[in-house]
Amino acid sequence: MSRITYQQACLDALAEEMRRDPRVWALGEDLGRGGVFGQYRGLVAEFGPERIADTPISEATIMGAAVGAALVGTRPVVEMRFSDFALCAVDELVNQAAKARFMFGGQARVPMVIRQPIGMWRSSAAQHSQSLEGWYTHIPGLVVVTPATAADNKGLLKSAIRCDDPVVYMEHKDLWQVPDDVPDGPDHLVPLGKARIAQAGSDCTIVTWSRMLSVALQAAGALAKDGLEAEVIDLRTLWPWDRQAVLDSVARTGRLIVAQEAVVVSGFGAEVAATVAEELGPRLKAPIRRLGSPRAPIAYSPPLEDVLRVTADSIADTAKRLCASG
Amino acid sequence: MSDAKHNIDVERLRRHYATMGLIRAFEDAAEQAAREGKVTGAVHSSVGQEAIAVGVCANLRQDDQITTTHRGHGHSIAKGTDPAKMMRELFGRAGGTSGGKGGSMHIADFSVGMLGANGVVAAGIPIAVGAAHGAKLLGNGRVVACFFGDGATNRGPFLEGLNWAKVFTLPVLFVCEDNAFASTTRTKAVTAGDGPAARARAIGLHAADIDGNDVALVDATVAELVARLRAGDGPMFLNCRTYRLRGHTAADAAAYRDASEVEARWQHDPMKLTAEQLQRLGVAESHLAGLRQAATVRVAQALAEAAAAPYPARATAFTDVQDVGAPA
Repeated sequence: MSRITYQQACLDALAEEMRRDPRVWALGEDLGRGGVFGQYRGLVAEFGPERIADTPISEATIMGAAVGAALVGTRPVVEMRFSDFALCAVDELVNQAAKARFMFGGQARVPMVIRQPIGMWRSSAAQHSQSLEGWYTHIPGLVVVTPATAADNKGLLKSAIRCDDPVVYMEHKDLWQVPDDVPDGPDHLVPLGKARIAQAGSDCTIVTWSRMLSVALQAAGALAKDGLEAEVIDLRTLWPWDRQAVLDSVARTGRLIVAQEAVVVSGFGAEVAATVAEELGPRLKAPIRRLGSPRAPIAYSPPLEDVLRVTADSIADTAKRLCASG
Repeated sequence: MSDAKHNIDVERLRRHYATMGLIRAFEDAAEQAAREGKVTGAVHSSVGQEAIAVGVCANLRQDDQITTTHRGHGHSIAKGTDPAKMMRELFGRAGGTSGGKGGSMHIADFSVGMLGANGVVAAGIPIAVGAAHGAKLLGNGRVVACFFGDGATNRGPFLEGLNWAKVFTLPVLFVCEDNAFASTTRTKAVTAGDGPAARARAIGLHAADIDGNDVALVDATVAELVARLRAGDGPMFLNCRTYRLRGHTAADAAAYRDASEVEARWQHDPMKLTAEQLQRLGVAESHLAGLRQAATVRVAQALAEAAAAPYPARATAFTDVQDVGAPA
């Protein structure tokens, strides 16, 4: 076990997988200088410019070329820098990568990882801050991964690179420098589609993912001081999501809060809430609550940006109200 | 290069004529089946453009690869895809190239390097560029031909893809089928500048600009361009001037153009031009009629087989989506 950052963890993961499989390569803007967040630092020295490829600012062709290169037997890791920028390549991701296998009757596979960092990152404003993970869960053919810890950013990225399906891999920009205990060695894999109970509890269930995990854990700590035990579940993968882990937990606690950074309307939390309502409705002790951003663009000015954030206080207050009923 | 037609081997030209005739017969049958409601989806005919598909693919090895468009039947046939499997695909039947899951716009045959038609204009360009990028990384010596229409030159991936292929020195032959129409709009009415070849040259590509209805000329030109690809000279561009003799789809009567214009263009039909050339080289019209008849018979058989083939099992609506998180 080593104490390393979220950024170092994914760097290690990519380097290990590139050593393991010569078909793996990475492409995107600025990778030769380490990438915009340093998550490729030093890789070009080990693997050379062919496998750590510096590309033009051509998102559509970065994505589309990766589809073509995947179809012919390589395993590309695509860097989009910001999920906001990946919107320039939505045809290539949604119409091409996600559908090639199906619409060609199973003749082809598209084993590629599409890294598109999400989330608020102080004063990055409306075009560099969005959390768009929910969009891609709507698209058949895609796997969607949202790592919340350094350990997961190593183990999930390695699993994503080994996956034969296209994986939308969404790191959170506010987590790059956050350290965690990460298992050593190249065998640390975290399975896709398995949630993690980050904290056990019996009074209410808080389902979350990505950076909101740390906020939810902070809320759980505050609730503990008031004698309330919240169970915090990190989904880790949004498609497929670990339905059973959530249903088992809510069946025990009878109360559910879904906390996300993304806009609440049509966010992935709606899917979790609807599923729990359908499966456990009459057994719930209190109404389901969704917490997330109001449906407004993200502002630049720090106080305005903060208006949209879900806080530990808001989660804790919501949990207290739920626990007071039923 | 204009005298290339005089140098071509008669037997090679005769084979081109036979393949062009097969494409023509397939397109005519597919359009007819669409009008009769037997083919339920859209059919985009490549009638009038057969010489390009045949002249280009004649210079590719089986393991070389192509990408094509919604108007891609000809390219698939020229690359070696079985027309009977293609017709089954159009009919949405089991045993189609994509198991009935793709239809006309998503025909693919990876066994002959046909990496897929595409329903989105210009979307095949980055995919072809990536296939060539993959070939270069894997060092397998393959080249990729990327077919698209003049309409695609107004989309961003055209610029991005050509630039990418040039800066990475990739073995891609970009083939623009300059058929004068972007869907039902005249391309010239919505396009600035001096055409596809001029745009390619502005990005630094070597670009040839030829009569795409002259199969011998296409063949000879592509032979030279593909040799340069294989030598590692980087991407090449070929603009083939042609004319879409049918509507945008089988359902489009193309009333937006004069009958006299179309009539004049039929005088430059590649089937007619090639037949005349072969006759000048001493091949009897009766022999050419036999080649056309053989194509018609083969397509009629494909049509009958397709109509009689079973639909895919309903469960296949959920197969080949994804392994992780597959439909339950």
